[in-house]
Amino acid sequence: MKKLFLALAVITLYVLHQDFWFWRTAYPLVFGFVPVGLFYQACFSVAAALLMWLLVKFAWPGHLEREVEQHRDEEDAA
Amino acid sequence: MIPAIVVFLYLATVLYIGIFAFRRAKSKREAEDYFLASRSLGPFVFLFSLFGTNMTAFAILGSSGHAFSNGIVTYGLMASSSGLVIPLTIFFVGTRVWALGKKHGFMTPVQMFRDRWECGHIGTIIFLVQAVLLVPYIIIGIMGGGTTLNAISGGFVPFWFGGAIVAMVVMSYVFFGGMRGTAWVNTFQTVLFLLFGAIALIVIGVGMGGFGSAVQAMQSSPALAPLLTRERISPLYFFSYTFIPLSAIAFPHILIFCLTARRMNQFKKTVIFYPLCIMAIWLPCVFLGVMANRVGDVPEIRAKQEARRVLATQGKTLPPEVRDDLREESAGDDVILLLLQRYAPLWLAGLLGAGIMAAVMASDSQILALSTMFTEDVFAYYGHKERFGEAVQVLMGRIFIVLITMFAYVVALQAPETIFELAIQYAFSGFAALSPLLIAALFWKGSTKWGALATTVWTAAAVAAVAIFQSIVPAPAPGPSTVMWSIGGAEVLSRTPGGTAVFGFMPVVPMVIISALLMIVVSLVTRKPAETTLAKYFS
Repeated sequence: MKKLFLALAVITLYVLHQDFWFWRTAYPLVFGFVPVGLFYQACFSVAAALLMWLLVKFAWPGHLEREVEQHRDEEDAA
Repeated sequence: MIPAIVVFLYLATVLYIGIFAFRRAKSKREAEDYFLASRSLGPFVFLFSLFGTNMTAFAILGSSGHAFSNGIVTYGLMASSSGLVIPLTIFFVGTRVWALGKKHGFMTPVQMFRDRWECGHIGTIIFLVQAVLLVPYIIIGIMGGGTTLNAISGGFVPFWFGGAIVAMVVMSYVFFGGMRGTAWVNTFQTVLFLLFGAIALIVIGVGMGGFGSAVQAMQSSPALAPLLTRERISPLYFFSYTFIPLSAIAFPHILIFCLTARRMNQFKKTVIFYPLCIMAIWLPCVFLGVMANRVGDVPEIRAKQEARRVLATQGKTLPPEVRDDLREESAGDDVILLLLQRYAPLWLAGLLGAGIMAAVMASDSQILALSTMFTEDVFAYYGHKERFGEAVQVLMGRIFIVLITMFAYVVALQAPETIFELAIQYAFSGFAALSPLLIAALFWKGSTKWGALATTVWTAAAVAAVAIFQSIVPAPAPGPSTVMWSIGGAEVLSRTPGGTAVFGFMPVVPMVIISALLMIVVSLVTRKPAETTLAKYFS
């Protein structure tokens, strides 16, 4: 369930990158000088960082490191 | 001259770091120490060097230059999509490659492919395609170095000499310091160019008297207002760009960097902070590139705008070679440098110039990766390591570094394309089309060496086809594309002002999709590797 939610979050963010709703307008100017299309994409970058944090927190492939350690132990034993 | 002197001091510093790393090397003769820093990079160096190695001249000069001509769309095209796709690929692919490298001792992607698919010469073909695609990336660095030193010194240092200095410095610290030197230099450079964006934004903003009035003035100009929106770019083209960042993990230097982490936990900070690091460098550069259009008292910028205007208004009636000249004149790769010269005090322009050089000189990792690939995938694989020993292998790697740098320098002097176009059209699209190799090797038991061969040959053919097509069919003037092939009113193949379009998409989209399909179809009808081999990867 957790993985399904994370997969949906990745797909949703990918789709949200195509922000056609701000395609032909610069307004509103955020902080008085940043066109809204640019501001949206900057917020998208922050959202991407949050998504990465969620992936690291809930879907980290820790088994890979355990496999490496196990492999090293087996080699040392041999 | 003061900014140029500061930049030369910076170059001396990175040279010292590289040579210092040489002294710290555990063994100057061991291949794993020279090429992978003994797989021992700590978390801070790993994060900044992995990020820094993926930022080239392109990140500062190319982004601001592209934004100068195309507007705010540049950020969404390359930066924000990269901020999502690249950390995802590092998360899913990079960590797995790290684990396999630790377990089986791989030093290059081709070593892994050879083992995974039980192949020999097919691995050599993959090496050749990777090497040919990587060279343009190195050329970008040298071209960026020449452009930067030329602009910072006010034309005192000619392009050819600036490029030569950058090539020599990079070659020297890679030659002596290997991966350890490259990683340390990259870390130092990344810190510098992350600071660059914020400082440049403040200095230029203050110099321009704030951005609010400049944006309002652009909005009221019919020629400049579209730069504050994305109306000049089609949504299909915008979507196409999300395929380009797939190239990052397929670049051998990125994958080889993934092998240098001491522990897998070091990937955590890298994937989380990657989108923010990209934003810190790209957002100010893109915004400043757009704002450069409102700077009326810099003759070089006015000349670029005039060339752009002539191209837009009279382009259709001009011969292709004149259009190409105008395109080159209107290219904005040096606008950020011109802005610094105009608005920053001399000493600060020097420091910021050093920040730009930091990004420009990221070609070090590519040079080292090519050397690692040559010595491991060719020299060692074909028995020369056993015959001559590891010390000769490292020596061969160093000789290769000298030769490839010299070759890239000579090509950089001849290359007519702008930094941005050269990178996108060849290296990025090609490596994106090679990404199915990694996905299949790591996640699909059923993939085979013949599928890998089909994918690789297709990538090479497609890149060559795009290059030939664009050299035969001249780019049209800004405006509608030249349709070369259509079926029932649908435009199949078009020559656009900026490149090529297939069904309205950039070539990278069909290249990646066909690449993946070839891997699937060919693998389904050919023999799989032995169960013992599969067990190493899918236990």
